[in-house]
Amino acid sequence: MLEAFLASTVAMATPILLAALGELWVEQSGVINIGIEGSMLAGAFFALAAAYFSGSLALGLLAGVGAAVALNALLALLVVNLAVNQVVAGTALDILALGLTGVFYRQMFGVTGSAFVVRQFGTVALGPLARIPIVGRALFDQNALVYLAFAILPLLALMLSRTRYGLRLRAAGERPEAADALGLGVYRLRWEALLAAGVLTGLSGAFLTLAYAGTFVEGMSAGRGFVALAVVILGRWKAWGCAAASVLFGAAMALQYGLQALGTAVPYQVFLALPYVLTLVVLAVFGGQADAPSALGEPYVRP
Amino acid sequence: MLAWLGKPLAALVLSAAFIALILFALGAAPLAVFAALWQGAFGNWLATTDTLVKTTPLVFTGLAVSIAFRGALWNIGAEGQLLIGALAAGALGIALGGWPRPLATGLVLLAGAAGGAIWSAACGWLRERRAVSEVISTIMLNFVAVQVLSYAVHGPLIEPSRSYPKSAPIARAAELWMFAPPSRLNAGMILAAALALASWLWLFHSRSGFELRAMGRNRRVAAFFGIPVARIGIATMALSGALAGLGGAVQVSAITHRLYESFSPGWGYEAIAVALVARLNPLGVLLTALLFGALDNGSQAMQRGQGVSPELVQVIQGMVILVLLAFDTRAWAGLSGALWLGGDPTAPAGAPEAGAPAGSGGDA
Repeated sequence: MLEAFLASTVAMATPILLAALGELWVEQSGVINIGIEGSMLAGAFFALAAAYFSGSLALGLLAGVGAAVALNALLALLVVNLAVNQVVAGTALDILALGLTGVFYRQMFGVTGSAFVVRQFGTVALGPLARIPIVGRALFDQNALVYLAFAILPLLALMLSRTRYGLRLRAAGERPEAADALGLGVYRLRWEALLAAGVLTGLSGAFLTLAYAGTFVEGMSAGRGFVALAVVILGRWKAWGCAAASVLFGAAMALQYGLQALGTAVPYQVFLALPYVLTLVVLAVFGGQADAPSALGEPYVRP
Repeated sequence: MLAWLGKPLAALVLSAAFIALILFALGAAPLAVFAALWQGAFGNWLATTDTLVKTTPLVFTGLAVSIAFRGALWNIGAEGQLLIGALAAGALGIALGGWPRPLATGLVLLAGAAGGAIWSAACGWLRERRAVSEVISTIMLNFVAVQVLSYAVHGPLIEPSRSYPKSAPIARAAELWMFAPPSRLNAGMILAAALALASWLWLFHSRSGFELRAMGRNRRVAAFFGIPVARIGIATMALSGALAGLGGAVQVSAITHRLYESFSPGWGYEAIAVALVARLNPLGVLLTALLFGALDNGSQAMQRGQGVSPELVQVIQGMVILVLLAFDTRAWAGLSGALWLGGDPTAPAGAPEAGAPAGSGGDA
């Protein structure tokens, strides 16, 4: 029981973590990406569509990443080069992606869509490690995308906090004018951040269809992109903090399914609302933006 | 005046061109689709009145978003506020059998406004007192509102026969006045128009409206000049939520007469497009809400006739917002030859634009 719960927690935390790490990168550069939900949804849809038609999970993964990167490039053009309002542009991207995936989905699979199913990424047990009591299944008997997220996490943490590139990134997020004056190239840093976030968000979307659901449902990201935004705040703009917050949300989601399956008297809507309420409560208790990059969300036009 | 209308119109035309491209790629005939849209929206008297029915909630939510955005309060939660308003109105409306009609309808609308106001004031409070981004909190509460409504219609408010997850109908006394049956034209539309005018007067011809706009332009400067920004922030969020909640109450009281799951097709999100195309002008909202209401109504006919899914309307919404943002940006002046490669080492630090308000399109 506990083993299954922990395994489910890690699996549910993975797409949130991937998206949150992308968002972390972007926010360090001074951009807030509300369009993360849309990129995730696009990643989910195109990953499944490509996997369905090609029969290859790898191609599916590539298509999902490609779609999310393309959307993020559009966002970068708007928020970096044209310096438009980041919240509004991101929200528009969310609406656009919801609409586009809906239109394409119905066009390709009609209204039933019952046949729109692919073979998913299977779990890969890492030998005897997977037989460690309690945590073995959660950590060492997961699908490839979970392991990929495990690998990305320390690398990204190191990059952001210990490298010159990470330092430049933070300069762009704290004092873009100063960073530009030093020749760091704020526009370039922000473009790279958004493209990298597109890769991570695309993986996160692909996880939903190729490693979790095996099919596509309209609007299936169900707010995970927004939860990722909250995770970055809860994680205090640190990669490991984001990981901890992601696990918290993963646990809330796993609990939701676990308790539903147990058939408690509590209405199931309580569990469905749980992650969102939890976000608010945690933010309210620990406060919001104190550690945020100073220039976060402010349109910046190069002088 | 022409310049003021020019950009939104150009944005719409450009969006239409993009849509035509997408339709073409999907193998549909763009002109036939647009014709079907028009037929569905304004083809005959009943279609036209139905367009007005679909316009009404967009006016309420569009006003809600416009007012909040004017103060640089990014309320993305009109959707949840509308749902909670509808829930409050519906729950009260069921219990008002035998009450005099003006009193009952008045109470139902009031309940809706109060519900929406509480839902959004919480986010205003979190923003001003706990530094929690209103973008995050309003979005989170949208998801919570969906679940609250779902619980209500599955549980305490379920109709007596318990066969479907929908509420019992509200009392006849709580139903809004329909003045031209069989069409569904109703008093809520008049209320919507009146509130648009009132919002416009308040924003542009009152002291507190000015203070709100000053805060939206530059919060720090506004605070420096003694404008109570935190208090205005919370109050404006509450007002914004009240408008959205009222929209939900009108929908229950005039059109659906009951509550059910997926009560809103996304009016709260659509409102962002409505408000931005109107350039956050309450009177402009009347026009843009009509435009999007017509799109909503026409898209259903389009789906039947042309086999294009109604989600196309969301594509149009997203596209219109993005195109309009691109049109409206101040950054064109700052664009130099190379797009993003390399910085300019001779540029002075502390560009004036860096601290510019996060204004989206509100330069009226």
